Amino acid sequence: MGLEAFIAERKQDKDLLVMAHVVCGYPSFEDNLQELEIMAEAGVDLVELQFPFSEPSADGPLFVRANEQSLKAGTTVDQCFEFMKLASERFPFKVLMMGYYNTVFKMGEDVFVRRLKEAGGVGYILPDLPVEESANLHQLSADAGIEPIILMTPTSSDKRLAQLGAASRGMVYVVARKGVTGSKTNMGDDVVALIDRCRQHTNVPMGVGFGITSKADMDFLRGSADLAIVGTAALKTWEESGAEGLRRFFAELLA
Amino acid sequence: MDIFDFSDGREGYYGEYGGVFLPEILHATIEELIECFRECKADPKFWQEYVSLLQNYSGRPTPVTYLENLSRELGGAQIYVKRDDLNHTGSHKVNNVMGQGLLTQRLGKKRVIAETGAGQHGFATATMAAKFGFDCKIYMGAVDVARQRPNVFWMENLGAEVIAVEDGQKTLKDAVNECMRDWVTNMADTHYILGTACGPHPFPEMVSWFQSIIGLEAREQIVAQTGRLPNRVYACVGGGSNAMGLFQGFFDEPNVELIGCEAGGEGVGSYMHSARLAYDDASVGVAQGYKTYFLQNDEGNMSETHSVAAGLDYIGVNPIFAHLHDQGKVRFEAATDAEVKETLKLTMRTEGLIPALESTHGFVVALKEAATMAKDEIVLVNMSGRGDKDIFTIADALDDAKWKSFIGGKADQYRAEKK
Repeated sequence: MGLEAFIAERKQDKDLLVMAHVVCGYPSFEDNLQELEIMAEAGVDLVELQFPFSEPSADGPLFVRANEQSLKAGTTVDQCFEFMKLASERFPFKVLMMGYYNTVFKMGEDVFVRRLKEAGGVGYILPDLPVEESANLHQLSADAGIEPIILMTPTSSDKRLAQLGAASRGMVYVVARKGVTGSKTNMGDDVVALIDRCRQHTNVPMGVGFGITSKADMDFLRGSADLAIVGTAALKTWEESGAEGLRRFFAELLA
Repeated sequence: MDIFDFSDGREGYYGEYGGVFLPEILHATIEELIECFRECKADPKFWQEYVSLLQNYSGRPTPVTYLENLSRELGGAQIYVKRDDLNHTGSHKVNNVMGQGLLTQRLGKKRVIAETGAGQHGFATATMAAKFGFDCKIYMGAVDVARQRPNVFWMENLGAEVIAVEDGQKTLKDAVNECMRDWVTNMADTHYILGTACGPHPFPEMVSWFQSIIGLEAREQIVAQTGRLPNRVYACVGGGSNAMGLFQGFFDEPNVELIGCEAGGEGVGSYMHSARLAYDDASVGVAQGYKTYFLQNDEGNMSETHSVAAGLDYIGVNPIFAHLHDQGKVRFEAATDAEVKETLKLTMRTEGLIPALESTHGFVVALKEAATMAKDEIVLVNMSGRGDKDIFTIADALDDAKWKSFIGGKADQYRAEKK
């Protein structure tokens, strides 16, 4: 089943889905597995598996350190794909690759799409790959039934949103605010207005991310977005209070 | 040849290198910057204003100096040096910075940010910001902050805030990442003064355009002094802005050979260097907003780099040079740390010139080759920065015992004052 159909199916039972995030190999793959178990129990719908990169320039401090530590521990692309395969076979949620374009470029776009497919991934998020540079990768992805997740942002003009909308497949990642991952966003009318503006340019589901930390944020997005994307807040919880804390975090978020 | 005459749909590309690989959130900012830059480039008044600013503020045109003693001693080609070390703030960095300062005014922005390695670009940016009245934040790797305190001292005293970046290798590339993170947050009122001809389009073109003033002057000066063009032209290459600047004066001359001199660090096979094109260790990749040759592993994660010269200690090379290297239009060589130290001593003793450690890389290769050339041949070297302001680094590099004892004494004195 493709990403869009999966989201539609899940949305029959609940009005706001959740996409979570782990950095592969940080703190360790064993920890990652435990995190995923908790996410699956809580009913998380999608998980981004971030392949660590040495220059994560779109990430905030917590993920920067996670990328760095993971690489220092020797995490390889092979291990990330193996982990993805395990996760996609074991859990009911769908998994996506998140990372930076150089990881894809170095292995070759065709190899990347083939390996992602083999590992059970349904799509990918590459924040430093603009649509202008994506034609070949998007074509390969379409042939393989893999979805490239397009990002729409508060600084995108209507003309740009139309361009991005035309390229969007599976779902869109709406960036709730300027900046990098991991700092708080004040959910307000401007976020709703942005989602509305994005919807004028595509019919695929809208995921909203950057700075989502609480049930209040979830309640705010309900009825407006299709998915809430939770990244840094979950990792922060894991670091501060481990498995118990993370269980509580998702239970509260999804209550 | 006009390397900036892009074909349709390939704007910002030099062969397969360059481009814009940035988060979507910066798309509008880059579009705005490209538009503003196009207007400036097409406006002769902008260039006049730029040249006049550098004349009145930075002492341009900088001279070309004939190295009579060294030419005689080596017994080969006649050696000439373009003296961009004589700029205000001590290096060619000020050219680009003043240009981008004028552009920031046109953009209507009030705040500037910059990355810096050795501190030269940060120093120049802090100077410009003070003059133009911009808020200024400089990102510098924590390792570089520790080894370049004098430049940090000046930046702070010029009113800039200096942030020590603790991520990654804590050097130049990490400072670039941190600038990107600031920019994606504050683009509405902030211009990113990128310091070299790297990064996403339009930076390679824009920085090259501002630095072309070096080549324009040098070509005229060398012809006036010698009656002809040089046989070979040398410049050090970190990101490559001073070399792009000088080489643009000679791009259309088939009989002038252009040689880029990279940081060979501890030499071939040491994996402790920053030679992207002269050695075989780099490969094509995409990072920090552009596609070029990077020192990286098979999975695309960046390698550790090294050079005695912090300003050359960088993973990537400007995309224009990657292309010109492929085409055989620029030759790349490397100078090792050890060679740089020897040549610096020689240049000081023989000519009374103190090139920056970065610039000395160009001297190493130029002097080596000049010695094998005929007496009626001419070489031109870019002295892109001066070394006397790097006294801590150079004294370290030369392992100067008297200096160490002086610093030890100073430290004792400060400690006593504290008590």
